Amino acid sequence: MMPDSTSPGVNRVPGGELVDYEQPVAFTFEGRSFQGLAGDTIASALAASNQWVLSRSFKYHRPRGIFSLAGWEANTLVQVGHEPNVPADRERVIEGASIEGQNYRGSLEEDRDAILGRFARFMPVGFYYRAFYRSQWFWENFWEPAIRKKAGLGRISPDAPHRYFDKVFGFYDVAVIGGGPAGMAAALEASQSGLDVLLVDENRTLGGALAYERLDDEGLAAAQHRAELRASIEQQPTITVMTDAVCNGWFADNWLPVIKDNRLYKIRARELVLATGTMGQPATFHNNDLPGIMLGSAAQRLIRAYGVRPGRRAVVYTNDDDGYGVALDLLDAGTDIVGVVDLRTEPSRDARVLAVADRGIAIHRGQGVNSASAGEGNWHLVEVTIGTGAGPASTRSFDCDLLCVSIGSMPAYQLALQAGARLGHNDSDATFSIVGLPEHIAIAGSLNSACGVGPAIADGRYAGWCAANSLGAAAGAEPERPGLAPRRLTFLHPVRAHPKGKDFVDFDEDLQVADIANAVAEGYSELELVKRFSTVGMGPSQGRHSALNTARIVAQETDRTVGEVGVTTARPPVYGERLGVLAGRSFEPERHTAMHHRHLEAGAQMLTAGVWWRPAFYGPPERRDECVSREAVAVRQNLGMIDVSTLGGLEVRGPDAAEFMNRMYTFAYLKQPIGRARYVLMTNDAGTIIDDGVACRFAEDWYYVTTTTTGAERVYQTMLWWNAQWRLNVDVANVSVAFAAVNVAGPRSRELLDTLVDDIDLSAEAFPYMGVREGHVAGIPARVFRVGFVGELGFEVHVASGHGEALWDTIMDAGQVFGIVPFGVETQRVLRLEKGHIIVSQDTDAMTTPEEAHMTWAISRRKPFFVGKRSIEVRDRFLSKRKLVGFAIDDPFAPLPQESNLVLHEGEIAGFVTSVVRSSNLGRIIGLAYTARDASEPGDAVPIRLDDGRSVDATVVELPFYDPDNRRQEM
Amino acid sequence: MKVMRCPLNGDRNINEFQCAGEVTVMPDAADISDDVWRDYLWLSANEAGVVREWWCHLPTSYWFIAERNTVTDEIVRTYPSEEVFNKRVEFVQPEPAKDPAA
Repeated sequence: MMPDSTSPGVNRVPGGELVDYEQPVAFTFEGRSFQGLAGDTIASALAASNQWVLSRSFKYHRPRGIFSLAGWEANTLVQVGHEPNVPADRERVIEGASIEGQNYRGSLEEDRDAILGRFARFMPVGFYYRAFYRSQWFWENFWEPAIRKKAGLGRISPDAPHRYFDKVFGFYDVAVIGGGPAGMAAALEASQSGLDVLLVDENRTLGGALAYERLDDEGLAAAQHRAELRASIEQQPTITVMTDAVCNGWFADNWLPVIKDNRLYKIRARELVLATGTMGQPATFHNNDLPGIMLGSAAQRLIRAYGVRPGRRAVVYTNDDDGYGVALDLLDAGTDIVGVVDLRTEPSRDARVLAVADRGIAIHRGQGVNSASAGEGNWHLVEVTIGTGAGPASTRSFDCDLLCVSIGSMPAYQLALQAGARLGHNDSDATFSIVGLPEHIAIAGSLNSACGVGPAIADGRYAGWCAANSLGAAAGAEPERPGLAPRRLTFLHPVRAHPKGKDFVDFDEDLQVADIANAVAEGYSELELVKRFSTVGMGPSQGRHSALNTARIVAQETDRTVGEVGVTTARPPVYGERLGVLAGRSFEPERHTAMHHRHLEAGAQMLTAGVWWRPAFYGPPERRDECVSREAVAVRQNLGMIDVSTLGGLEVRGPDAAEFMNRMYTFAYLKQPIGRARYVLMTNDAGTIIDDGVACRFAEDWYYVTTTTTGAERVYQTMLWWNAQWRLNVDVANVSVAFAAVNVAGPRSRELLDTLVDDIDLSAEAFPYMGVREGHVAGIPARVFRVGFVGELGFEVHVASGHGEALWDTIMDAGQVFGIVPFGVETQRVLRLEKGHIIVSQDTDAMTTPEEAHMTWAISRRKPFFVGKRSIEVRDRFLSKRKLVGFAIDDPFAPLPQESNLVLHEGEIAGFVTSVVRSSNLGRIIGLAYTARDASEPGDAVPIRLDDGRSVDATVVELPFYDPDNRRQEM
Repeated sequence: MKVMRCPLNGDRNINEFQCAGEVTVMPDAADISDDVWRDYLWLSANEAGVVREWWCHLPTSYWFIAERNTVTDEIVRTYPSEEVFNKRVEFVQPEPAKDPAA
C-alpha cells in the first residue's frame, strides 16, 4: 500500500501532546517520501501514514514494528543517514532525513532472507554451540563468511560526518530517576528545605504513565494529577529537570551516567531515589510479533503523545482493569473495538470496565489469545484467535488490524539491581518486590509495588522525605509510611509452546518458547546458563521484554518458582549508547616551559617527554641528522644552550635533610659540603635503579635535588611515602614547575656568562666542577651549578619560571658574538652518550642494578641503610647474566642499529641495544647495550641483529667514549 | 565511580587515588635472612576481610592509611599515617662481627 505522502497521515487524530499540527516535516523512508509533524518520532510519523513495518528481525528476518513505543526493544532500530541502530520510537524525525529499515536483503518489503524463518527448525536453540565447534576449516571457509554477511543490524558508514560529544559533571544532594507521579512527588518532597534535586526522565515530558494511561472512565484524572505535579515542580527552583535523558547505569556511590543528546552528564548524588516504574510485558502466542500487535501503553502513547490512531479494528487483550482504559482510549480515537479478551473469569466493578460494557463492547472473560495471523504479502495483523485453553473447539477468530496487549508488567529493576538489590517474586499473585537496597538509595512508586496514582504519590513523598532526612534536611515530621499497593495478577497468560511455534519470548534474538524449554532440556537449568546457551536477553533490549517470560518458562520446566529462578545479573548500560558518548573529548594535559614559543620561533621540532614538550633539534625535520650533528659540534667546539626546565626539582629542608637524603639515595650525603653538588642515584626496595639527578647543598639543612623529567612526581611521592613511616624532621616540596633552567655548555660558556654575572666568581679555582652558587645572571636571581650531562665546561642556571624567557633571550643575545647555538634533546642524547652517561628508563629497565650499569661507585656501603641496600647486597652475591656495556662500530659503512635490536651471544639472545647514535664528533657508531656478562670486557664482540635480520658486529669499548679523563668538563 | 574520603582533602573520586598495597612493617634489614627479606618484598598477605592499605591522593601527593574490606570493597575508615607511624625510625650500623680468634 502506497502511503499518502502529502498529508500528515491518514491515521492522524487531534490532541497529540508532542506534535505541532501546523508544522509538517518531510522525510524519506526506504526511498519513499513521507510527511510527519514536528515532534513526531520516526515511528509515530510512519504509523500516521500506515507504515507499520520498521525493520526486520535479527535471525529470521521477520517484519517488525512498534511494540512498546518507548525504545525498549530492537524492533524499531533503523538506519538514519550514516547512523545505524537508531530507535525509531524515541528518535525525533527531522526535515529531510533519509531513513531505512535494517537487517534485510533486497528491500524491507521483499526481504530475500525472510525465507530463513522457514528453516527455523534447522536452527535450534544453541545453534552456534552445536554447529561451530567441529571443524576449524569449516568455520573459516563457510560459517564465518556466512555469518559475517548476516550478522549485525545497521550499516557502519565510513563517511559519517564528524560530531562532537561532550562531558559535563554534576553534583546534587538528591537525584530522582523517573519523572512519573512517584518521582515528581519524591523530588518535590526532597527539595522542601532547599536541597539541590535532579529529576531525570527518559521521556520528553514529565508525567510517566500519567502522560498516556487512563485512570478513570472519563479520562480526566491522569491529566489533572499530572498538571498539578508539573506546576509544583516548575515553581520549585532547586529542582533541576532533565527530560529526554537516560540514566544508563548505576556505579559505586551513586555515580550516574546520564545521557542527553551528545552529552554525558557524570552525576554524583548523595542520595538517590529510583522511581523507574514498570515495563509492560508481551504475551507469548503464535505470531505474537506481527506488526499491529503492541502493548496497550504503546497504543495509548501513539494517541496521547502523537495524535496517531493505532488501528481501525482492535482487540484488547488484558488481565486487569487497565486494559479497559486502553479500550476506552481507542474508542475515543475512533478505533472500533471488536472485543476485549480478559483472562479473568470474574467481572470487575472498576468504572472503566463498566464504561466499556456500557458502550456495547463484547467482553470475552476467561479467555486468552492463542494465535494471530498476517495478511498475504503485507505482513500486518489481520486476525486474532482466542480460546479458553480447552482445545480447538473453544476457539474463535476476529478480523482486526490491532491487538493491544495489557497482560501485566514487571518493575524496571535494572538500576536498582545494578546497585546491589535483589528481585523477589510472589508466584501466587505475580507480584515483585525489590529488596536488599544499599544505603543512600530508595525506591518509590510502582517500582516499589506502590501502584496507582495515589499510592505512588504517597510513596514518592515518603522516599523524598527519607532522602532529605538522611542528609539532615527533612522538612516536617516523618510522613506515615504508605501501605504498598502491588498490582496483583492472578490470571497469567500461559507460557506453553504453541504447536506451530513463532511464539516469541525474545524479539531481539528471535527466541521462541520451545527454544527456552529446549535449553532447559539440554541441561541448562540455571538461568545464567540458559541465557548463555540460548542468547536470551543478550540483545539490545537486555531482557526488558524477555526476562519475565524466560523465568516463567524455566520455572515451569524445572518445577521451581519464578522467585527461585530470578533474573540474570543486571549490568550497565541500560539502553544502547553511542560510542561517541563514551569516547567524547578527553583531557590530555601538556606542559610547556617558559621558553616554549622561543623554541618554536627558532624552528625547533618538538617532542614529548611525559607531559612536557621539549625541542628535539632546531631545523627542518628532513634535515634532522645534519641539524643534530651541527648542534653537537657547536657544543663540543664552541657554545650551546639547552632548555632543561623540564627536569624535576625537589626542595629538601629541615634538620634531618642530610639524614633523609642519605636514606633515599645510594651515595653518601651527610658530609657533602655546602656549595657542592653530588650525583644522586635512587633504587627501589628491590635494588633496581629508578631515578637519578644531582643534589645541591645550599645549607646544612637545605638540599635542592633534581630528578629526571618524567620521574619528578614519582620520586616526590616515594620520598613522602618513606617519610610517612620514618617521621624525620624534614619537609619535601616539589618545585619542578617553579623553576625554569638552561644549561649553557661548551668551551666558551664561562666567557659568555662572565658578561652576565657580577656576584659569582666563575673562575675554575673559585667555582670548581660540581660547585653550586646563588647569585644573579643578567640581573635575575639564579642558582648556578657547574654540572654537565654533555661533558663540556658548562653551567646550569635555574631561575624562577617567570624569568625563564628573559633569561633565554638575554643569554641568546649576549651569546651572538660567541656564535651560541641552541640545541635540543636529540643532540643532548648524542653528547651524553659520547660521555657514556645512562638515561634512567632508557638504558635501564625494571631489573637493572647499579652493578649491571657500572654504577657501584655511587653506592655507599658503609651507611646503615638506604632504600634498596639489602636487595643490592643480595643481588651482588647472585649476579645476573647480563651487563650494560658501551659498544662501538668502526666500519663507516655499517648500517645503524636501532634501539631494542637484539644482542646475541653464542647464537642465543643475550641482551639488546638501549641507545645508539652515529657520532660525528667521534666519527663512528657508538651505543649502550646489554650483553652477556661473559662477553662484556673491552674488545669482546657484540653481534647485533638488525630489524631486517642482518647482523652487524660491534665491539665492547671502555666508557666513556669521549674525554675519558673528564678534562673538558672540569676546565 | 567510588568515592574515597581523603583525610586531607575530603571526599574525592577514586580515580584521584592510588593504592600502594598493604601496610607492613619493614623488618630490620641488617639482621634477617635472605628468605625473610624476600618474603617482605614479594609476598603479600592478601587477606579476605578488613585490611590496612597505603593510599595516595595523587594530585596532592598525600599519603594516608585506609581500612578496606577486600571482600565487599567497603572503605571502613581512612586516617593520617601518623596514627600508625608515630615514632621516628632509626637505622643503626650493625657491629662488625668480632673475630673469635682475637
